[in-house]
Amino acid sequence: MSLAGIFNILPGSPLTSGVIALAAAVVLLYLARGPAHKAIYSLSRVVHAGFRLMARSVMLAEERVRNRNKEVLLATGAEAAERMIEREFRRVEGVVKRDLSQYPSLHRVLADQVVHIDEDYRESAEVPIPPPDWVKAVDSLAQLEAKGNNWLGNILTEVHKTAVNQHKTTMEEYRKAVGKRHAILEKMRPYWRKVSQTLEDVGKTITGLQERATYIDARMKEYEDIRNKTDKAAQKLTSSAMTQFFISALVLLIAIGGAIINFNLIALPMSEMVGGGSYIGSFKTSDIAALVIILVELAMGLYLMESLRITQLFPIIGQMDDKMRHRMIWVTFTILLVLACVESALAFMRDRIAADIQALRQTLAQVETQQVAFNSWIPTIGQMVMGFILPFALAFVAIPLESFVQSSRTVVGEIVAAILRGTAFVLRLLGNVARYSGELLVNLYDLFAFPLLWVENWLHNRKGQMDMDQPEMIMNEEV
Amino acid sequence: MKKCFGSVIVIMMFLSLGSCADTTSRSTGVYMLLDSSGTYTQELKQAQAIINYLLGTLQSGDSFGIAKIDSASFSEKDIIAKMTFDKRPSVTNKQKRLFKQSVDTFLASVKKGSAYTDITGGLMQAAEYLNETGAGKKYILIFSDLKEDLKKGHIRDFPIQVPGCEVVALNVTKLRSDNVDPREYYGRVQKWEERVTEGGGNWRVINDLNRLENILGS
Repeated sequence: MSLAGIFNILPGSPLTSGVIALAAAVVLLYLARGPAHKAIYSLSRVVHAGFRLMARSVMLAEERVRNRNKEVLLATGAEAAERMIEREFRRVEGVVKRDLSQYPSLHRVLADQVVHIDEDYRESAEVPIPPPDWVKAVDSLAQLEAKGNNWLGNILTEVHKTAVNQHKTTMEEYRKAVGKRHAILEKMRPYWRKVSQTLEDVGKTITGLQERATYIDARMKEYEDIRNKTDKAAQKLTSSAMTQFFISALVLLIAIGGAIINFNLIALPMSEMVGGGSYIGSFKTSDIAALVIILVELAMGLYLMESLRITQLFPIIGQMDDKMRHRMIWVTFTILLVLACVESALAFMRDRIAADIQALRQTLAQVETQQVAFNSWIPTIGQMVMGFILPFALAFVAIPLESFVQSSRTVVGEIVAAILRGTAFVLRLLGNVARYSGELLVNLYDLFAFPLLWVENWLHNRKGQMDMDQPEMIMNEEV
Repeated sequence: MKKCFGSVIVIMMFLSLGSCADTTSRSTGVYMLLDSSGTYTQELKQAQAIINYLLGTLQSGDSFGIAKIDSASFSEKDIIAKMTFDKRPSVTNKQKRLFKQSVDTFLASVKKGSAYTDITGGLMQAAEYLNETGAGKKYILIFSDLKEDLKKGHIRDFPIQVPGCEVVALNVTKLRSDNVDPREYYGRVQKWEERVTEGGGNWRVINDLNRLENILGS
């Protein structure tokens, strides 16, 4: 029935018709109240349960993603920590091999030096001069008085002279011996110094090793945390991955800038080689050729970095035996060098072509050709140097690229987990909205049927009142 | 063996990528007709600026031809200079210099205008040249007042065929008679437009020579 039909139940009196229709509707709503309430509640419960179920599924998916992220993160972190620790051990090994592997010879040198010093010391030990036995006799004789005894006086004088001479000789010998021992001690000085220097070197090495050991201990602690799958380690790795992601993205942007400059440097001269009028698809062949050169340089850079074991994007290169890897280093470096030389030559050619085009334009514009500037070679040299350096600079893109690829896994995983969490929240919210919407609909339903509900309520209350009054009356009658 | 096979496949793929070049020609062909009849010869100096602009604009692989409109223009003898520029930019620059030299020599040698003006013949010659070049974009530039004056016996009252050509009338000067009755000027331009569009071409008029960038624009 249309709206016009409702107001035309009694032709000519739309108000009465409307009232009748409304009354009929209220009665119908009242009669259908119970089933309608059930239907609304059922519908809201179904929707609520559906959304809850979906939210639960999404949360489970989020949990799986989170766990997977954590696993990947911890595995990557463990790998990185292993690499770091392995490198530190290699450094320690290098130090040990370089310095401490020579310890036996060092020990021998030290022992020899100690023996030398000992011998010298023994040699330098002062041998006491044997005291002359006759000194006491001379003293006794010297104490005797001659008292006019000439022969005794003469004997004593002679004995005194002899004793003085003997003393002089002995002292001279003593001085000579002392000088000799001093010379021996002088010879000992470099040995002492050598020993001291050697011990200092050993001390430095040991200190360096101690520092390395402390560093390794710290890394081992981190590694243990990662192995134990602690949340702290996961959080630390996530934070580190985020930082790496943004930094590597920034460096990659810089590299892209460099690649664009490189492209502009070689695109024009490439048209001299492959022709300026040919196209592949909707792109100029010369542009594509320039792009291919840059991409080949990037690829060579990647291989070089892989071969040098700076990056680990291609495990197959890292797993090669050292001989093969060294060959690969030389091959990739040679190709890169050749490409750098080619680019440098192209940059030179570009400068010449650009100058020629400029001269032609000036001729066509009938402008007097300007004198060539005195230092016009500066831009040429600059372009050539740029053309030579940029390929090598681009080769290092492999490092931020690896960081970007590795960290993007974590970042993307975190973003996916966040999206799933958000979706689950929205689904739960929608479920609750559906649930309370059901209650709202029931209340609205009752609002439309309120006249009869009010009557029902009034009758119910009245009946209740009567039930309350009846026992009182019976009690009064009994009393 | 497997590695070798893989390498061969990669190389073949690379070569096939190189060989699948776009067959659509992207080169531009321009043929310019210079009216050398009567008083219009005085206007030819302005044509030099247009030619220089075109020489600066056209790229490697493009074609450029210049011919004069005289009493009987449907002839190769009227071609002043024509050239398809080399693929290499350095060679293209040399060709452009030679081209300019030829045009300068011609313009310096024009003293007396031709007695008649055969624009239709010039247009047919232009269409023939441009079709031979195989250019993707074809432009016929008519530097003329569009007043055709045929020699007795020359038949040109038939439809011309310029399919896919952009015909641009440059510097269409008003004649004295146009000043008396401007309808004559508009009628002349209208007549050429109809002939060109019926022949499968597009028609444009550019009288403001300060806007040379519009010549090769659509």
